[in-house]
Amino acid sequence: MDFNDTPLEAAYRQKVRTWLEANAPRSRDANDDGEGGGDLAAARSWQARKAAAGFACITWPKEWGGQSGTPIDSVIFGEEEARYPIPSNPFQIGLGMCVPTVMNFADPATKDRFGPPAIRGEEIWCQLFSEPSSGSDVAAARTRAEKTADGSGDWIINGQKVWTTGAQFSDFGIVIVRTDPNLPKHKGLTMFWVDMKDPGVDVRPIHQMSGGSGFNEVFFTDVRVKDSQRLGGVGEGWKVSLVTLMNERLAVGGATGTGWSQFLEAARDTTGSDGAPLLQESAVREKLADWYVQAEGLRHARNRTMTALSKGQTPGPESSIGKVVAATLMQDLANEAVEMLDQYGIINDPDLAPLSGGFHGSLMMAPGLRIAGGTDEILRNIIAERVLGLPGDIRLDKDVAFKDVPTGR
Amino acid sequence: MNFDFSEDQKFLKTEARRFLEANCPTSRVRKVLDDPAATWDAELWKAVAGQGWLGAAIPEEYGGLGLGRLELCVIAEELGRAVAPIPFASTVYVLAEAVMLAGSEAQKAAVLPGVAAGEVIGALATSEGPGALSATSIRATVEGGRLSGTKIPVTDGGIATHVLVLAREGGQLGLFLVDLSAAGVTRQTLSTLDPSRDAAKLVFDKVPAERLGGAGEGLALVEQVLDRAAVLLAFEQTGGADRALEMAKDYALERFAFGRAIANYQAIKHKLADMYVKNELARSNAYYGAWALNTNAPELPVAASAARIAASEAYWFGSKENIQTHGGIGFTWAVDCHLHYRRSRQLSLVAGAPRVWKDRLVSHLERRNAAA
Repeated sequence: MDFNDTPLEAAYRQKVRTWLEANAPRSRDANDDGEGGGDLAAARSWQARKAAAGFACITWPKEWGGQSGTPIDSVIFGEEEARYPIPSNPFQIGLGMCVPTVMNFADPATKDRFGPPAIRGEEIWCQLFSEPSSGSDVAAARTRAEKTADGSGDWIINGQKVWTTGAQFSDFGIVIVRTDPNLPKHKGLTMFWVDMKDPGVDVRPIHQMSGGSGFNEVFFTDVRVKDSQRLGGVGEGWKVSLVTLMNERLAVGGATGTGWSQFLEAARDTTGSDGAPLLQESAVREKLADWYVQAEGLRHARNRTMTALSKGQTPGPESSIGKVVAATLMQDLANEAVEMLDQYGIINDPDLAPLSGGFHGSLMMAPGLRIAGGTDEILRNIIAERVLGLPGDIRLDKDVAFKDVPTGR
Repeated sequence: MNFDFSEDQKFLKTEARRFLEANCPTSRVRKVLDDPAATWDAELWKAVAGQGWLGAAIPEEYGGLGLGRLELCVIAEELGRAVAPIPFASTVYVLAEAVMLAGSEAQKAAVLPGVAAGEVIGALATSEGPGALSATSIRATVEGGRLSGTKIPVTDGGIATHVLVLAREGGQLGLFLVDLSAAGVTRQTLSTLDPSRDAAKLVFDKVPAERLGGAGEGLALVEQVLDRAAVLLAFEQTGGADRALEMAKDYALERFAFGRAIANYQAIKHKLADMYVKNELARSNAYYGAWALNTNAPELPVAASAARIAASEAYWFGSKENIQTHGGIGFTWAVDCHLHYRRSRQLSLVAGAPRVWKDRLVSHLERRNAAA
């Protein structure tokens, strides 16, 4: 058990530091809202510089255009990069999930076409999975792809996707669609890549309760795609999507934002009814300690995951607890920080609120975090079923043709 | 970075589990629990000494195996899982650690070989009544090398050969090593929440006591010792919490209600998932504590506090929700659920309650934030 870099890791870290010192940006775009609303050009330019220097897609195999580096290398770069005011990253979903899926299933020409521009940040990808009537139950997708009758082998896509992060500035996407409603739901799905600039693709940003618009609705109206855009076999879309989601799990990210440390400072600067700093109140101290312990637990669970990855092992189930802890932690901590301000807590004006309204922002984002990428409830099901081996729920839709599955409105 | 135990340490863990499954099934724990006269399993203690565990972290020159603290961590986890009814923590995590930390050469020579051989049993006597340990909570005094006062409760005080006593000497707090075979010691066994562990009230009347460490360093030394013990206790708690989750899972899979195993119901599944999440947070914090302990890192006080808080929470939650998952049968004496419920209380309180550790943790964080 050793927290220090090995000599090889230390050498890599030094190399990264030297490069960042010479190349990293020194200030962040003032309009960057962390949801892709910032300066895309700045993000693209930073991505291109990383790619040129061999610091983009570090863990991807060389034949994809990556560096065949270790996950630890990638973490080291991430840690060092985070010391600089780098632009928010609109490439994460594409490079973390979509493009690896393309790389796993597409023909060589397609790989050559899409890999390098994606790595350089020239093209952005989005993931078109969720639908208005299939959120947690993502295999219940209803967006259809039907083969044309003209013998071209082309497909026509009609339907609607929702909660698509970054669709408003994406060039391409991977979309899961139903190609056979007569089969049970998991068996009638197929995956395609699509051109988001196609005239039949209509992207409409969703106005979130938090005020931002990082997510979108995406409507498909008679969008024609070639059969060569298919990723995996017809009817094998579910299996392909599992590869996508597996890559999501490997894209280890560190939690950031307003955490225990900011809370501690805020509690020191705020007084209670006795006129003393709230940080001296035992109720506040106990909560703060609990949050610190949770945040540290997640940090070290990630360290355990990284250790497994660096030894070439599959990460253990400890990697599954992250979001279910982090989302509620964020919500509770932000709410306590706001309540701590008493009447003043309602003010979220960045010029008046502590930390430019950072806690207020977290408070309003937290409900979304508890839902996106697997709700708290679905994640608990996943832990119970896949980690602990408990039985799955009774499924009324399992061996039924999809068109006969009961639906709500 | 390597955030895992070595293959040798994992092998030791497997061996420890095998040994305890053979030598410490819960039927053995129950012998202590059910017999009003028994407070520990002396035979198991001898067998554990025979395994070399008591001296695992003691240097070879004092009769130990000279291994690191990481080896102790894996043993601790298995002892916790087995709910072992022996004074391992008091002797190995507290007495031996304190003597190695602050003892003179003579004190090391007098205590450590006996610990390794299983002949010395330790205890820590800080509490004198209800409430947390503080600079003002200590009334026991040492005058002219003689200790007088009352300590209650002292875990393993009824069976210990040596006890570390926090007492006043010339207005300053010191930590004193006391041989309990001396005249003037009165012991009274206490009824506690966990009868599978020993606890006593100790009354000292002019008993010879020699100071461990410097004058006036008693409270600081106790905190240092407790930081070290907290990490090892966290492994015991994590081991117990994992066992409680296993018991709940096994029962949920075999118990049928409304025509299905209750493990099918989300109310049960989500409860068990929550147990798992708390156990993983505890384990991850304990690993960090293990690293800090083994390398004597400056992060130890923070890492130990976090490990103790997370592990106390995980074992408490796991032990109570294990009973809940079992339903009525879980509330019976005959089923093992209450062994963990009891032990979780014992382990949460023995080195100071979680609320005290939370307060300490925040104090450490305040200093760290101020320094940053």
